[in-house]
Amino acid sequence: MSTMTSFRLRDRTTAARWILATAFLLLSGTFFRTQVLDYERYRLRAESNRLRPVPLVAPRGAILDRNGLIIADNVPGWAVKLFAISKDSLRAALHRLGELVALDSATVKDVMRRFGDAPYEPALVLGNASTEVIARLEEHRLSFPGLVIQTEPRRVYPAGKAVGHVVGYVGEVSEDDLDKDRYPGAKSGTLVGREGLELQYDHTLRGIEGVRYIEVNARGRMVREEVSSPSLSPISGEAIKTTLDLPLQIFIDSLWSDSLPRTRGAMVALTPEGEILALYSAPGFDPNDFIGGIVPAKWNALISDEAKPLLNRAIKGSYPPASPFKLAIATMALRRGLINFDSRMAEPCRGGLQYGNRFFGCWKKQGHGYLNLTGAIANSCDVYFYQLGLKLGLTAILQDGALLGFRDKAGVDLRGEQAPIFPASVAYYNKRYGARGWSNAVTLNLAIGQGEDAQTLISMVKFYQALAGEGKVAAPHLVRPTKEGAARDLGLTQSQLEGLRAAMVQVVASGTAAASGGRELKMAGKTGTAQNSTGANHGWFIGFAPYDHPKIIVGSIMESLGGHGGAYVAPWVARVIRRYLQETDPSLRKANIRLVVPEDSAPQSVELPADSTGAVP
Amino acid sequence: MSRRLGIDRPLVIVVALLTLFGVLTVYSAGQTDVKTLAAGAWVRQIVWVAVGIVAAAVTFRTSMRILEWAAPGLYWFANGLLILTLIIGTGAGSAASSKSWIAIGGFRIGQPVEIAKLATILVLARYLSSLRDPPQSLRDLTKPCLIVGLPFLLVMAQPDLGSALVFVGVLFAMLFWAGTKPSLLLYLASPGISLLLAADTQWWGLWMVALFFLLVAWRPFVIEAVLIYVVNSAMGVLAIVVWHKLKGYQQKRLTTFLNPDADAGHFGYQIYQSKVAVGSGGWFGNGWLHGPQKRLAFLPEQHTDFIFSVVGEELGFAGVVLALSFFFALFAVLLRIARRATDPFGSLIVFGILGLLFTHVFENVGMTVNLMPITGIPLPFFSYGGSFYVACSMAIGLVLRVAWDSRLSGYADVSQ
Repeated sequence: MSTMTSFRLRDRTTAARWILATAFLLLSGTFFRTQVLDYERYRLRAESNRLRPVPLVAPRGAILDRNGLIIADNVPGWAVKLFAISKDSLRAALHRLGELVALDSATVKDVMRRFGDAPYEPALVLGNASTEVIARLEEHRLSFPGLVIQTEPRRVYPAGKAVGHVVGYVGEVSEDDLDKDRYPGAKSGTLVGREGLELQYDHTLRGIEGVRYIEVNARGRMVREEVSSPSLSPISGEAIKTTLDLPLQIFIDSLWSDSLPRTRGAMVALTPEGEILALYSAPGFDPNDFIGGIVPAKWNALISDEAKPLLNRAIKGSYPPASPFKLAIATMALRRGLINFDSRMAEPCRGGLQYGNRFFGCWKKQGHGYLNLTGAIANSCDVYFYQLGLKLGLTAILQDGALLGFRDKAGVDLRGEQAPIFPASVAYYNKRYGARGWSNAVTLNLAIGQGEDAQTLISMVKFYQALAGEGKVAAPHLVRPTKEGAARDLGLTQSQLEGLRAAMVQVVASGTAAASGGRELKMAGKTGTAQNSTGANHGWFIGFAPYDHPKIIVGSIMESLGGHGGAYVAPWVARVIRRYLQETDPSLRKANIRLVVPEDSAPQSVELPADSTGAVP
Repeated sequence: MSRRLGIDRPLVIVVALLTLFGVLTVYSAGQTDVKTLAAGAWVRQIVWVAVGIVAAAVTFRTSMRILEWAAPGLYWFANGLLILTLIIGTGAGSAASSKSWIAIGGFRIGQPVEIAKLATILVLARYLSSLRDPPQSLRDLTKPCLIVGLPFLLVMAQPDLGSALVFVGVLFAMLFWAGTKPSLLLYLASPGISLLLAADTQWWGLWMVALFFLLVAWRPFVIEAVLIYVVNSAMGVLAIVVWHKLKGYQQKRLTTFLNPDADAGHFGYQIYQSKVAVGSGGWFGNGWLHGPQKRLAFLPEQHTDFIFSVVGEELGFAGVVLALSFFFALFAVLLRIARRATDPFGSLIVFGILGLLFTHVFENVGMTVNLMPITGIPLPFFSYGGSFYVACSMAIGLVLRVAWDSRLSGYADVSQ
């Protein structure tokens, strides 16, 4: 009994009290730490547990033409998304969804990837679902606890294929884009501009995504829309007004689709101020196909087509500038004061020119005889320009070419413009061919727009825009000029400009034949036939009208025309010019166009190096 | 002295308060957005409270001497049931794979372990109260250890680690109350400590050095000292073997206890969600019935093992402190009754019950905030469940009887 006597229990009671007090303090302290000190952390975790953000897509800004016509707009569309708690449950849900809606394995893979990127957000399954699909899903709503059906603004391009290259398209941002931060502010799932204006002005157009919260339970089943937590409305993107003339763009497209269905090429129309009225490339694509994710079969067809329908030839295609470049040579000689419009060269054209041990032919085997500058331009006489090139000298051509902007991008406000190829100095030739590996003969090639010279359509049209205007080269632009394309001066006097224009009128009007519809149009221009090292010749034509007070400059390149050359291209350009001018002068609507333009060609094709910058000092 | 013939009112009041708190929490735990089995649990719990009151009345009416006489019989009966459970037992709820229930014709009639806990307390109290002196050496502890060891092993075999832990708690509490020296208790606990520390070689090494000096300082019998040291060394080695013997989920439970966030999706899910629920309660909680984590079923076992997380989420730190104060008050009352008991047998029973309830509360409440590993034992008077509530009520009935006996003898008013 002694073990349990009162006085001996006193110590044990005290000890037991201490133990109990310590234990309860320890418990209270742990709860204090969890509930009071770490409250914010756990509150956030609790919210991320139960509140799932549903991004609200911001409507992209509209793209308008110069008169406010719609090039790109939004219409309400349906997006189908799924909440899931794990990859497995998502896969199971997709499997069941596949019984109602056709889902191919690529789509399933995309959905899994989106879920992996943002597991707390509903993963996009169908970006552009039809009303029938939505109706079917709504019927089976109960079997899909995580199903979210949202109306989302859907991009639409009313003109479709006609504006494909210039407007581009939109698509989901890729992981690579996000890694490299190509689209600041975008996150997984954001729709971004992929090409053309959609890409160039993506930041303006995109707007800011909103968010609302949906409360879910532990199984990922939606319980209710959370009203207490703040939801952010999306901020729509800003509309952009372009300089495009949509009816003209559509006209070019219909012209091309109806009459030139297999012809690859491009056409660009500018105002003398450098505003782009139309920018077209064929073959093209319909940007509407990309809405809600392009069907893989369609995509594969686009990328495997050897005609490269995704290539915007107006800004990404490099071609030998050929005869249209003769105006650049003439400009160089005129601004250096080497010649005037009446100057003749030493040798008359006898169908070619013997230079060293080589004979450089003129496109006209019979020869042109003696010609002055005006006549040489009008007839596109190669022999005249061989000699003019020699007179200028290679160094001067290279210097002035750079001054006139043939080494720079045109600076159009579209991403991905191809840089021209034009040597900076003779060092380029030394490097490429070795100091003794080339001769002054390259000058002859350059003088007729062949040789080590490759230009894009846009940069050539830009040069003609300066000739048509006041001798000022302005940056061609769709919305606003870029820094790259800053204005520069050709350095020609007013009378020199007028002289060149008069010569170009003769290209179209007199030349080798009389009576041309171009006369009525008062059109001036220059044809060209570029030798193509890999196939049939390309045809050039760049023209403007009215010649004395130009309102529009249109240039076009058509690839691999076979037997045809620039003369084949000119009528199409003329029709586009007429179409534009008849808006201001309805009498032109009846004008009968008969163009007679000279065929011309270059003596030999030269394979173009991909890099001309190596020799830049 | 004025209430000499009355029952111990503070104990009744604090138990009533705890039960009320518990039933309200069980009710709240059933209020989820998607109805679960827990929805109607509060009604059944009220029925169990009624059954519990009857059971408490029965134990209250039972004389200590009859209990003392019946204790060994009860003990062997309970152990018999435990063996029976191992043969024909079924699992339930979160422990569906273990064998802890006895069912007749598919109807579960109870968990024998609850009877075993009380019976073990009675037998231990009977043995310890018969001692002339407190245990002086490990040899003196052999019998108490055997008494507890049998049900302990049978429960471990189910396997039910949590309940097994309760037996250990009861053993230590009662040995302490019987006057066993702290050093002896430490020797007894040392193999367990070795087992835990064996996970980290350096800590275990330090412990072995410390144990060596403690043995030198406290001078137990040489043979016992050697035995203690050998057993501790063996445990350090055995731990590795035992670790590999543990089932995968048991290993996971222990590792997630150390780092619950690492595996929040699977084995750490319960503790992660419990901490989130408790932590998001803040000072005053989301309000009774309004805990979002509970409502949206993020909280596991919210009406049984993790019921205290509901308290934390809905009533906040204030509610937690209130609930803990009630428990502390209960233990203070039990301690007072144990202290003032005229009968050593009764006193030991009360302290054994204190040890039993304390182990349950500390382990259950501690696991909701990851202070203790998850073992899945219920919270007295809170967790939904018949056997346990009735067992607790019977225990309280016993304590009331002890208090009542002490008051009659006029021995109770030993001031502090």
